[in-house]
Amino acid sequence: MRPILRLLDDTLIDRILAEARDILATLGVEIHNPGILALLADHGARVDREKCRAFLPGELVDNALKTSPRSFKLYDVYGRETHDLGGHNVYFTPGSAAINVLDLGTSAIRPATTADYIRYAKLVEQLPHISSQATAMVPSDVPPNIQDSYRLFLSLLHGRKPVVTGTFTIDAFQVMKDLQVVVRGSAAELKGKPLTVFSCCPTAPLKWSDVTSQNVVDCARHSIPVEFISMPLAGFVAPVTLVGSLVQHTAETLSGIVIAQLTNPGTPMLYGGSPAIFDVRYETTPMGAVETMMIDCAYNEIGKRLGLPTQAYIALSDGKQFDAQDGLETGMGATLAALSGINNISGPGMLDFESCFSLEKLVLDNEICGMTLRLIAGIEPREDFPARPRFEELLASKHLLISKHTRRHLKQEHYLPGRVIDRANRGRWLAEGGLSLHRRAQQEVERLIAAHQPPELSPETRSELRKLMEREARRYGMEHLPHM
Amino acid sequence: MADLLADITAYLLTGDDEQVSSLTRQALAAGHKPKDILDRGLLAGMAVVGERFKAHEMYLPDVLMAAQAMNAGMEHLKPLLVRDGVPSLGKVVLGTVQGDLHDIGKNLVAVMLKGAGFEVLDLGSDVSPARFVEAARQHGAPVIGMSALLTTTMPMMGAVVRLVKESGLAGQIKTIVGGAPVTEKFAREIGADAHGFDAANAVERVRALIGR
Repeated sequence: MRPILRLLDDTLIDRILAEARDILATLGVEIHNPGILALLADHGARVDREKCRAFLPGELVDNALKTSPRSFKLYDVYGRETHDLGGHNVYFTPGSAAINVLDLGTSAIRPATTADYIRYAKLVEQLPHISSQATAMVPSDVPPNIQDSYRLFLSLLHGRKPVVTGTFTIDAFQVMKDLQVVVRGSAAELKGKPLTVFSCCPTAPLKWSDVTSQNVVDCARHSIPVEFISMPLAGFVAPVTLVGSLVQHTAETLSGIVIAQLTNPGTPMLYGGSPAIFDVRYETTPMGAVETMMIDCAYNEIGKRLGLPTQAYIALSDGKQFDAQDGLETGMGATLAALSGINNISGPGMLDFESCFSLEKLVLDNEICGMTLRLIAGIEPREDFPARPRFEELLASKHLLISKHTRRHLKQEHYLPGRVIDRANRGRWLAEGGLSLHRRAQQEVERLIAAHQPPELSPETRSELRKLMEREARRYGMEHLPHM
Repeated sequence: MADLLADITAYLLTGDDEQVSSLTRQALAAGHKPKDILDRGLLAGMAVVGERFKAHEMYLPDVLMAAQAMNAGMEHLKPLLVRDGVPSLGKVVLGTVQGDLHDIGKNLVAVMLKGAGFEVLDLGSDVSPARFVEAARQHGAPVIGMSALLTTTMPMMGAVVRLVKESGLAGQIKTIVGGAPVTEKFAREIGADAHGFDAANAVERVRALIGR
């Protein structure tokens, strides 16, 4: 059986849903976007334009949920299906939008550059348990206005896997959509085979900025999947209790669903988030706190109760270096998330409150993901009954190392991690260099990047992508893109 | 003609004992010398297996399957090699030391040594120093391999090494030790000639001891 973790019972989920709907109807949600306020008003919401507040009646929420897809698929740059986001299917995605990178050589934290991003994109391609790219770093060597689109451009040029991304401005959406159309060949093809998921973030409490709400509308218009990233901070800008924060998360996410489904019924969406508790000693938002993970897993259960595919920023760490805290927090998060059936689990590679990306950590996290995926594959009998013949064989031949049963099921039953995980005895460990985890991870990073084969996009596609990006760069005063 | 030996190597790598057996017969029929078939067909394959195992490209079951295929070929070659006076790769006397009944690791070493072409005289477990030395002398084995899992039985390894010396066989009979608590340092302390940290490593060390 597939093991499933539950933190909430259905009675509690239904109560949280009812409370969230009551808040949306009575206190409303603040939306700094006149177009969206007008859209909501047209569909029966009471709107206070002066205070930018919309009050969403239950019926509006119900109708939005009715047109919300129960699942959707993603496709790589070649158009091959890679994700079926629904049910309890689990996929891992790196963390998103770090401004810094942990330098591989010096272990110093420094701003990310184009070169870092390309190395990252190549590495993701080589990691079997990381199913998608995320625009994981923000290259500091291009103007701020193209930092979002430029990441996507680099990902499409150097990687095959679908991309979880997002825009920092309203303007950037156009080119980020156009880049995808170039890869797919037409807008209709892109609609049929989504290549990206855009993160769209409400602001706690119960607020949508002009930019982020417009992102939802723009994505919906082009049927680009959206993941809602509601971020209640328990004890600061959300109730301290986990249930209270869940009510807030539910209300914020439902408001996003209403905006998306009113714009274009059937828009694919992930019921996602990046909530956290608020650490009252350090004034921080610990992603590695167990309570943060509990909120994630719990809202995923609420999303599932609504029949929606889900997402969370959960398999990541707040550590500043490549150290044991990274493994502890990422391992715990990935395990809980996978057991909960969060469909898109975001976080691998990420440190320092989602602000610093580490390639070594990504390689290690890939193994966490591999082990976690094995865990949720569960325990199944495989030619195990009746058991006697197997034991007769064992007693007769003293071992089962080369038994047909062993050879048939070894790879199904035992996940064998890569070299970053040390399972050698001391003698062999020493013979293989006696390397620390950090050194092994560094070596794996270099080995995998060196073995990367670039995606075989046609020269026309590559040149078209480059033209689009160069035009966008010139708009913001950059004549030549950084050397690759 | 040379292709037959390359095929033997290739099938050995996939662990196909039937093909290796049949190709060995064909190679003999085609006039290859038994020693050539052994060296350039079977042992060449096992050398690749050893490398791939170390590089994590092959796992233990693959190695053992290859060893099984090697033995299938050896069935045909062995009598001919004896006839031609080709010395065997070497005999190894193997056992778990006195007071210790743990034989899983020792058995794995035996399988790997056989797969690499060595003759193994497995004395089982709870083997006294006298039995080790007597068996080695009687069978002309140049190597004694000892295994222990218990720290309490590890000293018996030293007793075997001492008995080899007292019997005037030092230099003629080399000793190698292994087992979970046994370290390179311990091996040096008791005067053993080598330490194998796992079964594959034990094969390498035995090969070095015999000079093959």
